[in-house]
Amino acid sequence: MRKTVWSMCGMCSVRCPIRVEVENGEIKWIEGNPHLLGGALCAKGSAGPALVADDERPRQPLIRKAGRGAGQWEEVSWYAALDYIADKMKKIKEKHGAEAMMMSCRGGPFPDMFKSFLHGFGSPNFTNHDSGCGRNVHHASKSVYGLGRKGFIYDIKNAKHLVLFGRNILAALRIAEANQVMDMLENGGKLTYVDVRQSMTGIKATRFFQVRPGTDYAFLLGTIHGLIKKEAYDKEFIERYVSDFDKLVEFIEPYTPDWAAKECGVKVKGIKDFINEVAEDRPKVIFHPGWMLSRYRDSFYASRALHILNVLMGNIEVEGGQLLPKTPGDCGVKGLRTLGSMVSEKPTQERADQVGTKYTHFDKGPGLFHLFYKAMETGKPYPVKGLICYRHDPFNCFPDPQAQKRALDNCDLLVSIDTHYSEFGWYSDVILPESTYLERDSAIVAQKGNKPRFIKRNKALEPRLDTKPMWEIVKMLADRLGFGDNFPYNSIEELWKWQLEPTGVSLEDFDEKGYAELTDTPIPIDQEKLEKNIKTPSGKIEIISKVLTDAGLPSLKEYESPLKPPKGQFRLVFGRTAVHAHGHTINNPLLHELMPDNSVWINKRAASKLGIAEGDLVDVIAHDGTTGVIKAHVTDFIHAEAIYVVHGFGRQVPLQTRAYHSGMSDQKLQGGLLQDMDPAGGGLCLCESIVTVLRSSKNPKRRVEL
Amino acid sequence: MNKYMLYLDSKRCIGCHGCEVHCKTNKGLPVGPILCEISHDPLKAVRGVPRTEFRFRSCFHCEDPFCVPICPTKAMIKRDDGIVYIDQDKCVGCMACAGACPWNIPQMNPETGKAVKCDYCMDRLDIGLRPACVTKCTTHALKLVTMHEVTDSK
Repeated sequence: MRKTVWSMCGMCSVRCPIRVEVENGEIKWIEGNPHLLGGALCAKGSAGPALVADDERPRQPLIRKAGRGAGQWEEVSWYAALDYIADKMKKIKEKHGAEAMMMSCRGGPFPDMFKSFLHGFGSPNFTNHDSGCGRNVHHASKSVYGLGRKGFIYDIKNAKHLVLFGRNILAALRIAEANQVMDMLENGGKLTYVDVRQSMTGIKATRFFQVRPGTDYAFLLGTIHGLIKKEAYDKEFIERYVSDFDKLVEFIEPYTPDWAAKECGVKVKGIKDFINEVAEDRPKVIFHPGWMLSRYRDSFYASRALHILNVLMGNIEVEGGQLLPKTPGDCGVKGLRTLGSMVSEKPTQERADQVGTKYTHFDKGPGLFHLFYKAMETGKPYPVKGLICYRHDPFNCFPDPQAQKRALDNCDLLVSIDTHYSEFGWYSDVILPESTYLERDSAIVAQKGNKPRFIKRNKALEPRLDTKPMWEIVKMLADRLGFGDNFPYNSIEELWKWQLEPTGVSLEDFDEKGYAELTDTPIPIDQEKLEKNIKTPSGKIEIISKVLTDAGLPSLKEYESPLKPPKGQFRLVFGRTAVHAHGHTINNPLLHELMPDNSVWINKRAASKLGIAEGDLVDVIAHDGTTGVIKAHVTDFIHAEAIYVVHGFGRQVPLQTRAYHSGMSDQKLQGGLLQDMDPAGGGLCLCESIVTVLRSSKNPKRRVEL
Repeated sequence: MNKYMLYLDSKRCIGCHGCEVHCKTNKGLPVGPILCEISHDPLKAVRGVPRTEFRFRSCFHCEDPFCVPICPTKAMIKRDDGIVYIDQDKCVGCMACAGACPWNIPQMNPETGKAVKCDYCMDRLDIGLRPACVTKCTTHALKLVTMHEVTDSK
């Protein structure tokens, strides 16, 4: 008898809602939740069962028995592994204080559990991957609206014009969002795409600009200039909600569209036509503020300019614009109970990354991971001696794994909790294998939006290997450390019921559709709500941010032209594909079959000067001599100053036989960038790596067989 | 007369290759055979925008298939509704079908040692469902059309 299990995908961080059919402990069918996605799922989602079946993942807890990274593991029981970790954590606490422990995850809806664990232990040092991802966007949003990056949702489907700066929305895939984009295009909406290369998204665009790498900010300034000169902005909106608009008018004066076209290397007419189009389509124009914008030295200001353009459009709480996500509270439903509420005394020590103390303009929630490496190396403001990474692989996420290892060598405990071998896991002391998303339940989460809902992940299968779900791992560790009572459950049902208690929603309410709807009809758009939602110090949308000013930083930064790589050298940029999720899926048998390795895009004229032809192997050499070998893809559709790879390849975990040394890693060629932080945004500058490209000596000329 | 056809709305397709994996997962196929395929030509600039069109190919379910008569065990069968499928019980994996097919469409399943090919997920069709590739297409670009629908729309 087949049974339906409603759940959430876990192949990437989007966590699409799914429906799984199971019979005799086997998955017979897996699809996107028909009520929310009409069945749609991506390649990664369908490859989930292959992850479960794969033996090239940790099969039980492992404790290192030789030097870090040597790959010598002792297979141990869960009890032994957790006792080992708890014992080390106690010792660290005794010797250095609880704050010497830090914990990181990849963000998303579940951090309540991990944060509560670390806070319960007595350390404030909870962090995540975001300084190598969206921190610039988040902080830019906060500086303009006082709201974080999740403070808005985009009504793309009803927009007349979607403008994307390197946001490869159809390859860095969120299924519901991709469908909104396709619906918008079908309805006659326009899509403008700006990037250093053509991408999956760009081929669907109505307008495409191939710009010089690092000049997005110039393009944006030129656009702001054009719109202000045309007076094509929402005067009433600005009058009512925005402060210091006159400062923007004054600042923008030198940044004409003609100047921008020259700086970006695009046609003036193109920019001017684009500005005219945007002016016409207002207010239903969305300038996507960026997703992964840890890229250039001015990415924070580029994102801030994107936010300002949305403000000029007056697109907030407007159909086809940016909407304020509605909460359970807007439906008259109390929020879920959080494990954070069980922590009686929140740690009050300074964070080791000094966010909130030295860096007052950054969001204290997750702080900035890379700054902890400084603390490990210098012992300042105090030593950090232990790190637990949950579902987060800093070696894959942040630049320069060698520099990270140097810092980590000051630690007494490194723990990786993940479903697969991460590169960090391979270097750590203990690997705790988490059950795959199809073999584990997760805590209930609230999803905000037009129709807020509660949703949960239900396991479709019993774990095939000796793995455990996170909710159980956390509880077992907390028990050993003496604060197990903070996790008041013995089973997932107990946790779910405890979370739901204040809400009046019952577990049965999830049965029909896999989620509990909190409203039948979408909560209407209400522009009056906006006033209450702007959370800046002044209560206005701030062109000049008080927080930035107080930190001694400009709100409107003068443009600085990016470095032009010397002859024979290139800026190494990276991006995503629809068939892999960062480094997580490279070893998945079915996804590996689709895309076993990456290639490097290189401009045709630049390649011809270097004698590189399509398919040749090339050496990509970083300034510190680190070299990657990779196949060349020669194309007109990348700027001559840049080379491009899909991120996540070049993995070096020998037990992942498919992924091992397959393709090239970009982050290993980013030597010296680990602390290259945008001082205003906190994001790392991952596209500031300048590399040399040569035709590789590995291209065979002749063969010696015997 | 073939009743069914798979149609790709190339404008909606985002080349995510989801269909290829949806198919494999539904049929429980190992690494090796890929029964449907998304492909495209190299990018070409059209009015300033480098573009390409995606194509979808599975099995053409020919009106007069070469693979059916060549099969020595009569495992390759064409149904009345036009679907050409392989009776897995009868197939001996000789792959004569692949040799006869102009596009080499039948492939070896290394786990079973037998040939496999697209059968429009006829087990699903027969109970009123759509093929896996269509049902789960990321952007709902793939459609199952029946021939009279095509005629009607003209």
